[in-house]
Amino acid sequence: MDNEMKLEIRSKSCNEAFARIVVAAFASQLDPTLEEIADIKTAVSEAVTNSIIHGYDSKDGVIHINCKLIDSSIEIEIIDYGKGIENIDVAKQPLYTSKPELDRSGMGFTIMESFMDFFSVESIVGMGTKIKMRKEIKK
Amino acid sequence: MLVNYEEHTRTLVISFDGEIDHHSCASMAVISDDAIKKYLPQKLIFDFRGVKFMDSAGIGMIIGRYKQLIRFGGKAEMQNVGDDVKRIFNMVGIFKIIPLAKEKEEV
Ligand SMILES: Nc1ncnc2c1ncn2[C@@H]1O[C@H](COP(=O)(O)OP(=O)(O)O)[C@@H](O)[C@H]1O
Ligand SMILES: [Mg+2]
Repeated sequence: MDNEMKLEIRSKSCNEAFARIVVAAFASQLDPTLEEIADIKTAVSEAVTNSIIHGYDSKDGVIHINCKLIDSSIEIEIIDYGKGIENIDVAKQPLYTSKPELDRSGMGFTIMESFMDFFSVESIVGMGTKIKMRKEIKK
Repeated sequence: MLVNYEEHTRTLVISFDGEIDHHSCASMAVISDDAIKKYLPQKLIFDFRGVKFMDSAGIGMIIGRYKQLIRFGGKAEMQNVGDDVKRIFNMVGIFKIIPLAKEKEEV
């Protein structure tokens, strides 16, 4: 299987559900299990939510979601052009959040890391953040 | 979402449905906090029977409500937590502070 899909959305919280449903629908071409679909949906939801509330501080911005199907895996990139992350190692720690006042749990990165087979964060302060993830759909 | 208060046992049941994410959490938090302040329950049960999806926003939302509740001395439990939701909650060991209610027999 070889396929590609690109999606551009505005940083509105109502688009969190839209983004994860679109990516899950695209991934369904690989015939994933319900659990694999739940993993992908959750990881996408975490990354898109982070772009909205952290990257853009809930202000207007654009989020790009690029997906590729390569053999039996899906590669997902989620990109924002927001404020960026100063210290990625600290940000990735379980329970770390820079916004505890907003009822955040600090588990977003931990979930992306454990639900996907590959996960990386690239970020430049003042420029934005790119999350790359890959999930292998087992046959 | 459904809020149900039983006076004689002073038990408040808050039942969530649909998808719990950062977007939907905002109103769920307000409705829950209003009910907690109104009834000051002795026991609060969070019911997840109708929940189809939850991400880490759900952890923050439930812990936030739990913090409201214990200010007034109440105790909390969760029930009807599906496997996907359980997996998210287990990542932070939430059931140690908000235990799962004993499963009732389904009729
Ligand atoms: N796209 C992003 N842009 C800027 N900062 C981010 C982004 N994603 C994550 N972060 C930072 O990393 C921290 C940890 O993220 P996460 O694990 O998802 O926890 P939470 O979202 O609950 O704070 C956030 O609190 C924020 O400071
Ligand atoms: Mg997050």
